[in-house]
Amino acid sequence: MDQGLVIPALLVVVKVLLLLGAVLTFVAYATLLERRVLGFIQVRLGPNRVGPWGLLQPLADGAKLLLKEEVTVSQATKPVYLVAPLIVVVCALVPFGVIPFAKGLGLESILGPMADRFSLNTGVISDVNVGILLIFAISSLGAYGVLLGGWSSNNKYSLLGGVRAGAQMISYELALSLSVLGVLLLAGSLSLVDIVEAQDKVWKWYIFRQPLGFLLFLIAGAAEIGRTPFDLLECENELVAGYQTEYSSMKFGLFYLGEYAHLLFLSALVTTLFLGGWQGPILPPAVWFLGKMFLFAFFFIWVRGTYPRLRYDRVMKFGWKVLLPVGLFNVMVTALVYTIYLQHGG
Amino acid sequence: METLMFYILSVVTVGSAVFVVLLRRPVYNVLFMILTMIGLAGFFILLRAEFVAMVQLIVYAGAIMVLFLFVIMLLNIDQIRPPVQARDIRWWAGALIAFALFGLILVVIKGIVLPAMETAVVAGQSNTELVAKELFTTYLLPFEIASVLLLAAIIGTVVLIRKQS
Repeated sequence: MDQGLVIPALLVVVKVLLLLGAVLTFVAYATLLERRVLGFIQVRLGPNRVGPWGLLQPLADGAKLLLKEEVTVSQATKPVYLVAPLIVVVCALVPFGVIPFAKGLGLESILGPMADRFSLNTGVISDVNVGILLIFAISSLGAYGVLLGGWSSNNKYSLLGGVRAGAQMISYELALSLSVLGVLLLAGSLSLVDIVEAQDKVWKWYIFRQPLGFLLFLIAGAAEIGRTPFDLLECENELVAGYQTEYSSMKFGLFYLGEYAHLLFLSALVTTLFLGGWQGPILPPAVWFLGKMFLFAFFFIWVRGTYPRLRYDRVMKFGWKVLLPVGLFNVMVTALVYTIYLQHGG
Repeated sequence: METLMFYILSVVTVGSAVFVVLLRRPVYNVLFMILTMIGLAGFFILLRAEFVAMVQLIVYAGAIMVLFLFVIMLLNIDQIRPPVQARDIRWWAGALIAFALFGLILVVIKGIVLPAMETAVVAGQSNTELVAKELFTTYLLPFEIASVLLLAAIIGTVVLIRKQS
């Protein structure tokens, strides 16, 4: 490697670490947000003892998880049992690298000519030209973590939870990718940076041009990450805690972290695909992005506080017999209208 | 840098492919097969074929291998037992055929002079666009035939399930 590459490469590492730190902090506070909001929805207070408004609660939780006794059940298939939580966390965190959270970082004066190297000055770790495919690829690998965690515990509840999770993820991934196709058709690119830049006016936001796609994405996304009303992978009245049953201490903590990273990632993806990402007047782009992201995080928590859990067979039926056909219909109509528009006004 | 990546990927891919054959627990075999698929996706990225790499991950490493894993988990096959009579006539026949195939492949490979590593980059066009254009112009007929085949497979599965219930 030649000398000119070393410093930019180091700076990229710094940038990645900063983003990772930010994401992990937001994930920690997403747990607090969930508990507080659920508390208010259920007319109780939620955690408010550690620090003002319970703001230090995530730290206390983290310390608790780290200090708990690490139990590895004797019947577990050890290597797989240990790797499963790691797969979940890695696959939940990696996709954040292709989400554009701001336009540019405004560091031209500091970085000088280095700014162009490795896209150091852009508000995204890596503008992959197949970004959305990368997200689907990584998230389909993430399903293995849950599946293997359930299997390797050698416990019937864990296995059932893992299998349910796997089946649900595979089924809803189809609906999820179909719901995005409309946006991709209109934007004409698989890169998330291009998709955000195509939404530079409010009326160009894809939530208005693809309302059906937006709804499908919200529903299929909630099912994909296993949020209520689709949280059958861990429904306590049937499966104890599903695939997490035999996990304790920080291994459980990793699953928990993966879950909330998924929640935030889904919110970030909805924001990027349908709400113009960081686009917005006056306020700095990153603020707009975070605001929209937490709006959706709040929405998913609100849904959890409002709706009961569905029955498993109905979830599967709904995915295959309702979401999938509607998604196909949406893609066909979008393609048709867009072609006519291109031939006449475009 | 690329050469280094090539060798790392080769070790991972070939190594895990060997483990697929050697290990006796089916779940481990599937896991190493997934690793092989991921390694192959890495090779596609080295060739600047990002689209193919992602499809490799989504279709093979993701969808297909999940189904393998599902079946093995639900059938709960814990160990593949080695056959009791290890070296009878079938074993020798199998070994002979395997070596013959290996020799044949070796002869064919030796005959080919590989061109220098060419990347799939065409100026000003993304990989995805290129694949789509080729699919819908040059290779339209094979593409349609393949989709009809897949449709036939889907209908076949539905018919098979109907008969049993």
